[in-house]
Amino acid sequence: MPKLIIDGTEIEVEDGITLIQACEAAGVQIPRFCYHERLSIAGNCRMCLVEVTGMPKPVASCALGVNDLRPAPDGTPPEIQTKSETVKMAREGVMEFLLINHPLDCPICDQGGECDLQDQAMTYGVDASRYAENKRAVEDKNIGPLIKTMMTRCIHCTRCVRFMSEVAGVEELGAIGRGEDVEITTYLEQGMRSELSGNVIDLCPVGALTSRPYAFAARPWELRKTETIDVMDALGSNIRVDTRGREVMRIMPRNNDDVNEEWISDKTRFIWDGLRTQRLDQPYIRKGGKLRPASWDEALAAVARRLKKAPGNRIAAIAGDLAAAEEIFALKDLLTGLGSPNMDCRQDGAALDPAKGRASYLFNSGIAEIDEADAILLIGTNPRVEAAVLNARIRERWRRGGLSVGLIGREAALTYDYDYLGAGPDTLRQVAAGKHPFHRVLKRAKRPMLILGQAALSGSDGAAVATLAAQIASATGMLASGSNGFNILHLAAARVGGLDLGFVPGKGGLNTAAILRAAKAGKLDVLYLLGADECNLEDLGNTFVIYQGTHGDAGAQAADVILPGAAYTEKSGTYVNMEGRTQLTQRAAFPPGDAREDWAIIRALSGHTGEPLAYDNLSALRGAMYDAHPHLAHIGAREAGDAADIEKLSKARAALGKKAFGQAVADFYLTNPIARASAVMGQMSALAGAPRTRATGTDG
Amino acid sequence: MSVRRLDSLQPKSFKFNAENARWATAQMKKFPKGKQASTVIPLLWRAQEQHGGWLPEPAIRHIAEILDMAQIRVLEVATFYTMFNLSPVGKYFVQLCGTTPCMLRGAEEIKEVCRRVIGPQGQVTEDGVFSWLEVECLGACVNAPMVQINKDYYEDLTGEIFEQILMDLREGKEVPPGPQNGRQFSCPEGGPTTLLNGGAAKDGSPAKKPAVARRKPRAKGAGK
Ligand code: SF4
Ligand code: FES
Ligand code: FES
Repeated sequence: MPKLIIDGTEIEVEDGITLIQACEAAGVQIPRFCYHERLSIAGNCRMCLVEVTGMPKPVASCALGVNDLRPAPDGTPPEIQTKSETVKMAREGVMEFLLINHPLDCPICDQGGECDLQDQAMTYGVDASRYAENKRAVEDKNIGPLIKTMMTRCIHCTRCVRFMSEVAGVEELGAIGRGEDVEITTYLEQGMRSELSGNVIDLCPVGALTSRPYAFAARPWELRKTETIDVMDALGSNIRVDTRGREVMRIMPRNNDDVNEEWISDKTRFIWDGLRTQRLDQPYIRKGGKLRPASWDEALAAVARRLKKAPGNRIAAIAGDLAAAEEIFALKDLLTGLGSPNMDCRQDGAALDPAKGRASYLFNSGIAEIDEADAILLIGTNPRVEAAVLNARIRERWRRGGLSVGLIGREAALTYDYDYLGAGPDTLRQVAAGKHPFHRVLKRAKRPMLILGQAALSGSDGAAVATLAAQIASATGMLASGSNGFNILHLAAARVGGLDLGFVPGKGGLNTAAILRAAKAGKLDVLYLLGADECNLEDLGNTFVIYQGTHGDAGAQAADVILPGAAYTEKSGTYVNMEGRTQLTQRAAFPPGDAREDWAIIRALSGHTGEPLAYDNLSALRGAMYDAHPHLAHIGAREAGDAADIEKLSKARAALGKKAFGQAVADFYLTNPIARASAVMGQMSALAGAPRTRATGTDG
Repeated sequence: MSVRRLDSLQPKSFKFNAENARWATAQMKKFPKGKQASTVIPLLWRAQEQHGGWLPEPAIRHIAEILDMAQIRVLEVATFYTMFNLSPVGKYFVQLCGTTPCMLRGAEEIKEVCRRVIGPQGQVTEDGVFSWLEVECLGACVNAPMVQINKDYYEDLTGEIFEQILMDLREGKEVPPGPQNGRQFSCPEGGPTTLLNGGAAKDGSPAKKPAVARRKPRAKGAGK
């Protein structure tokens, strides 16, 4: 471990780090533009200059390894000055050069107030320009509906280029030209095709790349920032929701090394316009075939009347993909009170069952464990669209080398190389039986894991697929020595929470498919949809349908009564992510109009049915929920499953079908009601489906 | 230098001809598997030669495909190196050195001829015969001022001689490349200046006269 003297203080630092990291460890902030911990080192902005005693010129601290510094002949560790006059002058010089061609248009720049260049110019900028020549101007590039460009502001740090090719894994951005004429662009200004492209907005240290939907909408200092959790996929990315008044103005990532590092997907980031449109902001009752506005009392009374009339076994409920644990818990209580065992949170009919133990439906190894994996078997999943940030993590691991990935299911471009093993059950059986070469790859690996997707689980033979997967896990040492490489990749933020709470058919109860069948056949009186829009609601017969949710989507169309709920940014709700980590959303804005928090709606309804639930406020509900499911009380912590469950699962018997695994997510941009209401997502979806167009015109 | 962009008028498609395709495959084989992208510069160069001295956009895509590279990566290379012409050039493409030694020795005069005879920089003459571009040092400073026309160097120019060269080329005459003032390669002008005589060899034998013959200065209007 090398010793250094940084600004007169001796410090021992880790091997292999760079000087900029060492300075940080010593508590010294070094200004920077191009350096970023999660990207490769470019060393092209020169803002991070420091002085190393004995070196003739200031050095770029981001590009110098601490191990490359030698102690003085008398053994004193290398000395680094970060605050000397030379350093200050050097940085001022760099800043002056950077500003030569910078337009200095902060007053009309969306980055203003949160701009690295602006901030650092406060310290290192000189107050007047010595530059009398013409400034360079660069044409703006059209790189898609998400990112607005102002390329004259670009300082060529190439963070965006490095991010796209290293992390996102699509080589779309590049720096063309040379020297003063370098320009950042995509090939012929095609729109970027990546699920992660929005992250370049955060990475760009200046206002060259900014959010197009957010353009000129707000200033950072007028926004209220709420730290919360994303629900667009089952990853539970940590986000910050910025609001002004009651409107969500933008969504940004928060760092959580165990979950999303510091990236979020484009769906997570740009969904917010969907929170404003198509909202259900008051209760509705269907009268004469038409939905008419109603008061809460009318609506709840209408629902209660139906519920009281119906026998318990003719009542059913389906919980959707965005529901928080609180409302699922309350709805389960309500249904149990009404004597109904018919409930399900698995809209897609995946063969996941809490009765088989918690490990049977979790991403057991944990997301961060991907960093250690050396062999991954993907079964019926396309992580790139199902959990884009997780996919980037696999890619990151793959880039370091020594990772073999095998895929059974539908072929897709995953941003890393993989062995395509086969399309479905047959291949799976071969691997499980040890007759496939990839079995050996897994077996030889030190940290093998498998990732089982919903496409493989939601077929009629889903249970058999899970069993085979468990057999593979058990046979290839994935369950050895305390680790557990049996991983389920979920799509819905609500799913693990729902399964934890046991929101599945009780004794003799119906599951989603059976509920829908029963409704069609007239064997069901009341169906309660808690934000469930993704199952087939087309023909529900004469069943009285209640839709509690946020958006006028499929569920609302089918509803006889609509109870407007709160979206994830409008309530404090518990979500358990796919690895079993309990996280809490916070209210960033109030629900629109008369919409209410979902648990409160169910509680109010229980009052109308004459059997009020035993909690009057959120903390009482949580108290009851925590009593029943203690792990939900540990916010932020990951409660692992028991590997023995997987062993047990591997011994189950079920018949395997023949059908190849399909795809669980057909359109990344339109997976939930909020996304379907978002114009930006609609645009992106259309673009993703369209063939690439070649730009014409003079600017290539 | 200025911002270099792809030309606004592009051919619909580009493909290596059979011979070049074969050559490209051979080039790629020189590199380990998976490292074929290393041949991007030779391939771009070949494409430029095949396409009459400039690089069309479809060629960039074609090469990206051959080398399994992202298109943007090939575009980066093509726009970085100024030797890749992104717009059409004349049949005779004059690259005029304007760097200091040439400038001191009269490059400005040559440039003037270009402007007068050919037209503005970067523009092809109507008959398609000429276009010119000022470039940085071509490494022949000792024979400054100089230009490169297609693959040949024409050195020790004066405005007059250079204009004559252009005339000859336009008429389809062949013009011998090299120094145009009778000097041999980069030998001292006017013949040898050292080791003339008296520089007796160690064994006492008298120094020989330099064996090289002097080239005739280029007579006005002469061309082969
Ligand atoms: S656009 Fe932004 S991130 Fe990209 S090179 Fe320019 S300054 Fe850096
Ligand atoms: S941060 Fe070190 S050179 Fe840019
Ligand atoms: S300066 Fe003209 S060739 Fe070197």
